[in-house]
Amino acid sequence: MPNLNDLKLRISSVKSTQKITSAMKMVAAAKLRRAQEQAEASRPYAERMERMLGSLAASAGKQPGASPLLVGTGKDDVHLLIVAAADRGLCGGFNSNIVKEARNKANALIRAGKTVKIFCVGRKSRDQLRRSFRENIVGTLEDVAKPSLGFDKASTVADRVLAMFKAGEFDVCTVFYAKFKSVISQVPTAQQLIPFEAEGAAEAPALSEGGIYEYEPSDEKILSDLLPRNIAVQIFKAMLENNASEHGARMSAMDNATRNAGEMIDRLSIQYNRTRQANITNELIEIISAKEAL
Amino acid sequence: MAKEQVEFELVSPEKLLFSQSVDMVVVPGEDGDFGVLPRHAPMISTVRPGVIAIYSGKEVSERIFVAGGFAEVTGERCTVLAEIALRVGEIDKAAVKQQLQDAKEDLSDAKDDAARDAARKQIGLSEAMLNAAG
Repeated sequence: MPNLNDLKLRISSVKSTQKITSAMKMVAAAKLRRAQEQAEASRPYAERMERMLGSLAASAGKQPGASPLLVGTGKDDVHLLIVAAADRGLCGGFNSNIVKEARNKANALIRAGKTVKIFCVGRKSRDQLRRSFRENIVGTLEDVAKPSLGFDKASTVADRVLAMFKAGEFDVCTVFYAKFKSVISQVPTAQQLIPFEAEGAAEAPALSEGGIYEYEPSDEKILSDLLPRNIAVQIFKAMLENNASEHGARMSAMDNATRNAGEMIDRLSIQYNRTRQANITNELIEIISAKEAL
Repeated sequence: MAKEQVEFELVSPEKLLFSQSVDMVVVPGEDGDFGVLPRHAPMISTVRPGVIAIYSGKEVSERIFVAGGFAEVTGERCTVLAEIALRVGEIDKAAVKQQLQDAKEDLSDAKDDAARDAARKQIGLSEAMLNAAG
């Protein structure tokens, strides 16, 4: 029979765990709202960038000698995977899902005889990937959202990626992140950055605007400015989505944890009360039987 | 029906900074400033660091400094994508002068081309900012 005091201690420890998880849930909810706002605020820029790129790529992409950022290097031997996850854990399967997606892709590429390089954004992606791909990791960025998730963080990553691309260190670049669908659903997503893949490029934007654009100074010049910028913007978008997803995942994970702690407290309380009652009954039996024996 | 206006939008990666109907905007293009009036021919241009002037009537109603970016113009819209944008009144001259000073020092200390390029870029940016602030 469990000791009454032990039970009491367990109940109080689960209670304080519950306090922590419910506080974390509330913090995550507040942060989620801010992250969502940030993600929404960044959308106009990314959309317009995409529209401009779409029309530019349609006109300039066919020409020979177009930027390798647009058409690729003509090979796909070396792949760079940018794996964006969170800096902190305790957010359910969030980090593992992204890493799993990336790991599957990396394994498939390795089996196909390609070389894989990995750039980790966020401490958790590095920690998890280090186990199986230690020699493939070429760089990491930590403290992604500290003090705040700014465009400069994305630029840092983009600059390094572009420098590597210029040096011919990889041919294809893909970024892994969790697309934010709702608080309970975040979809691990792989998006190809280099060569540029226009999303929905089929709907020629230039035509719907009622005219073909003039370019100043020239379309190649603009394109060569715009493409590197686009990498940074796409990485920034991925980081923002990821940030919102992380807080969403943490919120639902902590909600579950709080509920589980509540159930545990209920169960322990019942056990505590039963034990106490059993003790009292035992004592009574002892007293009564002692009296009868006299 | 009121007279025609241009939808002017100024967007940074972090948020939509400015969105309004205006009579005319003058954007500092790579090859020189250009004014955008309603029914401008569609065009895409790169933007050099400089000041975007927003006109209501014949008066300048707002002056915004941008540190380069892209402009997309269509008949009814003018969208500027900029990474850094500041109202001219908000430029902190002392801070910019300090930046310029630092950049000049960086340039003389720079050891490789990349560092020199970065310093030159910063100098150009700071000078444009000072010019804008007047």
